[in-house]
Amino acid sequence: MASQAGQDAKFFQRGKIQEFRAELHAAESKDKKFVKRKTVLKKIVANITMGNDMSPLFTDVVQCLGIPLLEIKKMVYLFLVCYGRSKAEQIHLVIPSFLQDCNDRNPLVRALAIRTMSYIPIPVVTESLTEQLRHCLKDRDPYVRKTAAICVAKLYTADPRKAEKGGFVEMLRDLLLDANATVVSNAVAALSEIGDRQDGVIFKLNLTVANKLLAALSESSEWGQIYILDSLLRYVPERHSDAELMAERVIVQLGHANSAVVLTAIKVLLYLMNYMENRRLMDYICKKMGPPLVTILSSGPEVQYVALRNILLIIQRRPNVLKNDVKVFFCKYNDPIYVKLAKLEIMYRLAREENAREVLAELQEYASEVDVDFVRKAVRSIGRLAIKVEAAADDCIKALLDLIETKVTYVVQEAVIVIKDVFRRYPGKYEGIIPVLCENFDALDEPESKAAMIWIVGQFADRIDNADELMDDLTFTFMDEPVEVQLALLSASVKLFVYKSQSETSKALVHKVLKWATEEVDNPDLRDRGFMYWRMLAINPAVAGEIVLAEKPAITTDSDRMDRGALDQLLLHTGTLGSIYHKNPETFIRNAGGKALADSPALNPLSRQVLVPIARSNLPTAVQIPGPGPPEPPKDAPEALGVKPILPIHGGSGSDSDLIDASSSGDHNGDEDNDEDYIASPSGAGDPYANLGGAFGGYTTDEPKPHTDDLLF
Amino acid sequence: MHDTLKKPREIIMVSYAVRFPELAAKSKSVAGEVDMDPATVEHDRQRLLAVERLILETICFNFTSKMPFPYVIKVGRAFSATKKLTKLAWRLAIDRRSIADVFRIQVVSNSDVRSPIVTLGSTSFFHVRVNNLYIVAVTKCNANAALVFEYCYRFISIAKSYFGKVDEEAVKNNFVLIYELIDEINDFGYPQNSEIDTLKTYITTESIMSSAAAVEESSKITTQATGATSWRRADVKYKKNEAFVDVVETVNLSMSAKGTVLRADVDGHILMRAYLSGTPECKFGLNDKLVIDKNERGMGDAVELDDCRFHQCVRLDEFDSTRTISFIPPDGEFELMKQVSINVKRETANTCTNFNNKLSATNVVIRIPTPLNTTSVDCKVPSGKAKYVPAENVVVWKIPRIQGGAEMTFSGTAQLTSTTNRQVWARPPIDVDFQVLMFTSSGLIVRFLKVFEKSNYHSIKWVRYLTKASGSYQVRF
Repeated sequence: MASQAGQDAKFFQRGKIQEFRAELHAAESKDKKFVKRKTVLKKIVANITMGNDMSPLFTDVVQCLGIPLLEIKKMVYLFLVCYGRSKAEQIHLVIPSFLQDCNDRNPLVRALAIRTMSYIPIPVVTESLTEQLRHCLKDRDPYVRKTAAICVAKLYTADPRKAEKGGFVEMLRDLLLDANATVVSNAVAALSEIGDRQDGVIFKLNLTVANKLLAALSESSEWGQIYILDSLLRYVPERHSDAELMAERVIVQLGHANSAVVLTAIKVLLYLMNYMENRRLMDYICKKMGPPLVTILSSGPEVQYVALRNILLIIQRRPNVLKNDVKVFFCKYNDPIYVKLAKLEIMYRLAREENAREVLAELQEYASEVDVDFVRKAVRSIGRLAIKVEAAADDCIKALLDLIETKVTYVVQEAVIVIKDVFRRYPGKYEGIIPVLCENFDALDEPESKAAMIWIVGQFADRIDNADELMDDLTFTFMDEPVEVQLALLSASVKLFVYKSQSETSKALVHKVLKWATEEVDNPDLRDRGFMYWRMLAINPAVAGEIVLAEKPAITTDSDRMDRGALDQLLLHTGTLGSIYHKNPETFIRNAGGKALADSPALNPLSRQVLVPIARSNLPTAVQIPGPGPPEPPKDAPEALGVKPILPIHGGSGSDSDLIDASSSGDHNGDEDNDEDYIASPSGAGDPYANLGGAFGGYTTDEPKPHTDDLLF
Repeated sequence: MHDTLKKPREIIMVSYAVRFPELAAKSKSVAGEVDMDPATVEHDRQRLLAVERLILETICFNFTSKMPFPYVIKVGRAFSATKKLTKLAWRLAIDRRSIADVFRIQVVSNSDVRSPIVTLGSTSFFHVRVNNLYIVAVTKCNANAALVFEYCYRFISIAKSYFGKVDEEAVKNNFVLIYELIDEINDFGYPQNSEIDTLKTYITTESIMSSAAAVEESSKITTQATGATSWRRADVKYKKNEAFVDVVETVNLSMSAKGTVLRADVDGHILMRAYLSGTPECKFGLNDKLVIDKNERGMGDAVELDDCRFHQCVRLDEFDSTRTISFIPPDGEFELMKQVSINVKRETANTCTNFNNKLSATNVVIRIPTPLNTTSVDCKVPSGKAKYVPAENVVVWKIPRIQGGAEMTFSGTAQLTSTTNRQVWARPPIDVDFQVLMFTSSGLIVRFLKVFEKSNYHSIKWVRYLTKASGSYQVRF
């Protein structure tokens, strides 16, 4: 069994079709143990690997199928998988040999034959495959059955209607009750694949089948466990106790060494918790989920990254998980940049009054690192920390001032941007530092930081002695500035005029800027704002002043997390690509179906209120495949998909705020509402500035996201 | 796929030689390589890549093989071309390497890859890099990212166990075997049985005749590959039945310049090498706090075993209900469990000498980073050897052995040169590597390992403890 190292690198040489053909023919004579032909075939496979088209050799290669050597058979099959599709008119040549292999006495050969056939989606092949598959799904060898299960999924991809008419979906369903766990898990995987297609059959589980699958869990391979756990999301608990019992059985899997098993188990638990009532059990589950998540952080960086992006979602929905573990998210010096950025975000989320000092010390450390994006994000996080934790605000401001001292331009710019928001959060507390900011005016060359500084100058023009001089300098380049800066300049010069209406310079300045904005600039926003200010000032300067300098609502960070309905929906994708980008898959993947919490009597009332339904368009005639066992009570399909009257509370506009207040305060709902992990912030909802995503502007610029530009496609 | 970052650099170098012949003439190197500021080279490299992309886009080079198909047919019909001609056009439109090319441009030749996952349109690339190889998984659906990466890791470990190492040479030398392996462990994107021990019974480098003699053997294999203990063959036999248990703990510590411990935790791994005949049933006991508290023996040195993860052979439900770790081990070496303890009992801070003074740390290597413009360093050390390594910008201080409780001081003076272009110094932390035998910093102790087998043989068990740090024990300054 000792594997001697292969010596096949020499085959990686570009060869000519003619030569290979000649070699293959020459090899037919005196080929002891088929060594010669094996060598030629290896050369051909090497050329396929390099991307050279070997399809003209089709008939020659197919000749080798008669050789009773498994290695050669596998190479020929590989060739067929590569070129079978483009050789539809010649493929019939190999059918007899496929059929022979399908009935071979060796189970490995039988499985190999159907596996290869199912990779060639040509009518001739699928036709003969359907015949064989029927037998193979009932083969006495579990290895053949488990291979056949996946073949059904492939057949379905090639020709959905044929697979349905052939009754293969029902046969797969029967395999769910197979005695062998590997067969069961592959059948689940195949059914899920079919169920995820937009034109696929609906694959749902009832309690009996779900329990059967759970029983197979302990005997499945690690991958099989993932398929089974994943499918549990297709079961909708009708009673609280059903969800609770199932969760207790799933918890065990959190101890698995494979992080994908752990994350999928967490996904199931988070899902089931929406249907639970027992507060104690839910707390227990939350407590149980923390340590395995921390343990994943000692795996490879790629898996860490997946875990971190998911943790970010999980702690927004269930703050109790990992509440006290901020330290494990401190960055290591040699973490890859994507891990660092993800950790930084989590650190900010977990920061509280008790740990703010430690977090701040870490952030200061990061602000002196070399990666520009990381440093910027660290500096912004310091500012966000100041806004989030009042007790730490003094220290944060001190840290920011120290950073401004470094004179590193991008550090100074980030600091200015966040300090603007700090001023908004704590009016009248830190304005003393404005002179320091003004000293660093020349360092600002990015629109966002410039606009922030200009806002500060305008807002506090009464405290800055030379505000009019500063503004005069700033407006010098007005016409060359980006719109963002121009808008800021316009508002600031109006504010300056309101403060210092006696000063000649400010009068001249505001006149100059208004004229530019209304006459010289093409941008409609800027022009409209210019006209508005101009008319206000013309009609009644006193009232205009009141309006322009009106007291602003304080900003908070309580609400800068995703709203709960969206979170509930995203968490159904825990561990998947969507959870990395924090986007529902249907928004960035073509043909991907969405998911939504299905309604049931057991669904938590608060979850139901914020339920975000998915519109599953162009649904074909819904072929519902009930699981084996007792039939489910008949249910209307659209209702199951969550089309219920939904309260429109995601407007985010002021008028909806009462609704949110009512629904989020537990007293109203009494015992019914037992799901208070997610603390909705009543004040935040009414605050038009609540969504700090905008206030923090570029903070999310390095957020991982799919590239939608299809330039290369 | 195996393009390295070097290629564009070579093109640029040649272009410099053409553009600045006077510099090339002065050049000391044989190839006439011009000395250029690395920043300029990097800048030009980026430009070159941008131009490459631009050209490809301008000529409408389409990487997807599906997109042009309808047009090929339409155009073919419009010009009433023969079936043969249309077919040829169709074939030309298929570029089999397309996906690989996209990945090459987007990731391999991109010097600033900031994520292991890249999504372009609705196609996503997951990659794991080993040496200079990329293991890439491509999908068009909302795949389970954790599963994909775990599978990539598994593929690497299987490849290692088959060929010893994973690099370009090994891949080329074993490409047929790799095709075979992938066909076996992955079906339609669904990972299948990937237990190395089982795979080696039927995917081998030797030739297998598909004759009738092999049928019986194959049935055995398939039963095992799909069975409940897919990780173990039934017919293992040893003359001497032995089991080795290694408790290895890696200390992660980072300390701030002021000496406060920012983070201290331990990654514990219990590795087992089982050379046991038949199908042995093993029971494993640790100083688990829950069990010990229940038995009220009042031992102080128990550890909490809440946050541990087990190899798939361990019966998780049994551990959950009765706290016993029972399993049928795979043959040979495997990792039985992983554990992270956040609350380290004995703070391993302060130059790692806080342990019992009967023990000693061996192979201590301390790496002290130096500024980039260091020319030489004078070191004074009480024991061991300290040396300045200019290539890595560190002073390496090696101490073969430190007795527990001892304290050592390093003093050194670095000579710095003044440079004109100041590169930013990332100020990496001081890194300490060490090993302490027969010591676990979490306090974990193996209490028993019992082996039950039908034939009731006698087995010998060995337990070893090791606490180490390598690249994870860092002190900032």
